[in-house]
Amino acid sequence: MELKEKTIGNEKFPGIIHETPGGGIVVSTFDSVINWARSNSLWPLSFATSCCGIEMMSTASAKYDFSRFGFEVARASPRQADVIIIAGTIVNKMAPVLKRLYDQMADPKYVIAMGACAISGGPFFYNTYSVVKGADHIIPVDVYIPGCPPRPEALLHAMIALQEKIKMGMTREQIRTEFKTL
Amino acid sequence: MTNEEIKEYISSHAPSAIYDETGEWLNITIEATEWKKLAATIKEEPFQMDFLFCLTCIDWKTHLTMVYHLTSTILRHQLVIKANLNIDLPEINTVSNVWRTAEFHEREVFEMFGIQFLNHPDLRKLILEDDFKGYPLRKDFEDPINMIKL
Amino acid sequence: MYNQTEVIKDTTELGPEGELVINMGPQHPATHGVLHLVVTLNGETIKKIEPHLGYIHRSIEKMCESLTYRQFIYVTSRMDYLSSHINNTACALLVEKGMQIEVPERAQYIRVILNELTRIASHELWLGAMAMDLGAFTPFFYAFREREMITDIMEDTCGARLTMNYIVPGGVMYDIHPEFQTKVKAFIKQFKEKVTEYEDLVTNNIIFQSRTKGVGVLSREDAISFGCTGPVARASGVSCDIRKIAPYDVYNKVEFDEVIETAGDSFARYMVRIKEMNQSIRIIEQLIDSIPEGEFVGKTKNVLKLPKGEFYQRVETARGEFGVYIVSEGGTTPHRIKFRSPGFSNLSALSHMAEGSKIGDLMATMGTLDLVIPDIDR
Repeated sequence: MELKEKTIGNEKFPGIIHETPGGGIVVSTFDSVINWARSNSLWPLSFATSCCGIEMMSTASAKYDFSRFGFEVARASPRQADVIIIAGTIVNKMAPVLKRLYDQMADPKYVIAMGACAISGGPFFYNTYSVVKGADHIIPVDVYIPGCPPRPEALLHAMIALQEKIKMGMTREQIRTEFKTL
Repeated sequence: MTNEEIKEYISSHAPSAIYDETGEWLNITIEATEWKKLAATIKEEPFQMDFLFCLTCIDWKTHLTMVYHLTSTILRHQLVIKANLNIDLPEINTVSNVWRTAEFHEREVFEMFGIQFLNHPDLRKLILEDDFKGYPLRKDFEDPINMIKL
Repeated sequence: MYNQTEVIKDTTELGPEGELVINMGPQHPATHGVLHLVVTLNGETIKKIEPHLGYIHRSIEKMCESLTYRQFIYVTSRMDYLSSHINNTACALLVEKGMQIEVPERAQYIRVILNELTRIASHELWLGAMAMDLGAFTPFFYAFREREMITDIMEDTCGARLTMNYIVPGGVMYDIHPEFQTKVKAFIKQFKEKVTEYEDLVTNNIIFQSRTKGVGVLSREDAISFGCTGPVARASGVSCDIRKIAPYDVYNKVEFDEVIETAGDSFARYMVRIKEMNQSIRIIEQLIDSIPEGEFVGKTKNVLKLPKGEFYQRVETARGEFGVYIVSEGGTTPHRIKFRSPGFSNLSALSHMAEGSKIGDLMATMGTLDLVIPDIDR
């Protein structure tokens, strides 16, 4: 009997399928299949504080659609979302709210910091008394996108990078120790 | 109304007014205690200043100055009224009973500069956190933790 | 197990039985930013609304006291990011007024065309977002189709899509792209064909009309007393367009109507904005073919210093009247800047407008107020 590689869309299904009479048998590891399924269906939380939110809305609309990558439904409630895209500046008054939203999300959850303000305070770094200089003072961040505001294509690049990161299959601490020598 | 008519009318109601015509609009500096009576008069005839479009405060280190920008939707003239306040005990009467837009503006000036508005219906912090210490827009405000100086 | 935020002080008073106090926001898909509304309900009827602001307070006024007169213009782009060109025009006009700088005519024409394109883009996004709040998802995609055409034009000329620092004291930063005029004319042609789609889909829709007619009424005296400007005030009968009262750049040379409705409800505010888009197209058509040749920026010194004194400049943004007030001591940085934002005064009228109505009507009222929260908090 021959081994056929089955492709779904443009994404290779991680595994091979033995064609047997009466159906097929999938030969693969559980981890790679689960990671592949998780990365292709991440639901974002609609969280936009300032200008980067408009570029996120542009990415959601018809010209730079992000629902073709699986980010189809933007949930309003954190309990149903997988990824939070922090688009905008975080200030001292908003920081406990952000922490609370992150805590209410169920594992596995991922964070994308979009824009200069979420990375490091951005244009509001000097001489401000109320801006948190970087969202990673509050919650751990997976992907950073520079720009003020970043183009919709940059946000799509970051989403694909997050998908690759999930398919690699390591947790945050494992990545940190793995790449420390690089 | 011409500037001369305005000056005559205001002097009859607030005798201590000082006039300054160097800028774009007529600037009038009055005492803080006369503001309550003058505000109610300006809104009616003959000025009909029914639109307060900017309310703010300036910190000159030795004293504070309240600035009110007014215009009339009927007669289309503009006026700027200022009042100097003592920096140790800054108090002035509220105008939220005359122009309702002052409710939010005066709350903001209260939390940024520390000016007490007498008879305001609801004077508390609007934009800053409830437990914020200090008055941020004053020139002597220091915050070594958050403010990173260039 | 996890860190919850603790309640430090509870400021709501206890009311009678049957009253419910709920929080809308700060993270909410319909508040257009981070606005926290504490709504006291009796069943479904609203008794009191209290806005809590400050969730995006970036201390801009304090920060601008240490920026020079060329640097503080980029900050205003990020305050009301949907009318970024118009905010930049206000700051540039103020510096030109203070230092007596001549602006060449070509730059004035370019500024007005970009301002009107920004106004149309802002109203398009408002239309899409408001329809989405009321449950209609399709107008969102149609509105963004037009908005993407405008951001393409902006990207060719100014280099950025949303926060473009193109307007500087003295004129504009670089000359326009060679294909600017053809692209703008193509956009006007497409807009005129497609605006009938909005009419059929949203304006003549019986569900939309019954959700917005008679909802959130603001009378003329209240609009003036609360300091409302822009489409909110014009829908209540107040004539307050700064482009007519105190014209700047070439607005005194173009013909356009000031759109005024008298009903004061949400449907009137909606119609004012749709008609304003048509008036903006009319202004652009009058100017696009006759941009004069010449310089695009006037002569300025390298280091700008405003003379000692106070200066105020008013412009008409897509949301209302925006004012910049600078007190200068003669140095390179201002002594005090105050930004008079239109959303701050428009929001103070919200609790007056929505008391006594149902919570579903609150969405229609807030949608037509067109608030951008970073503009309010500064």
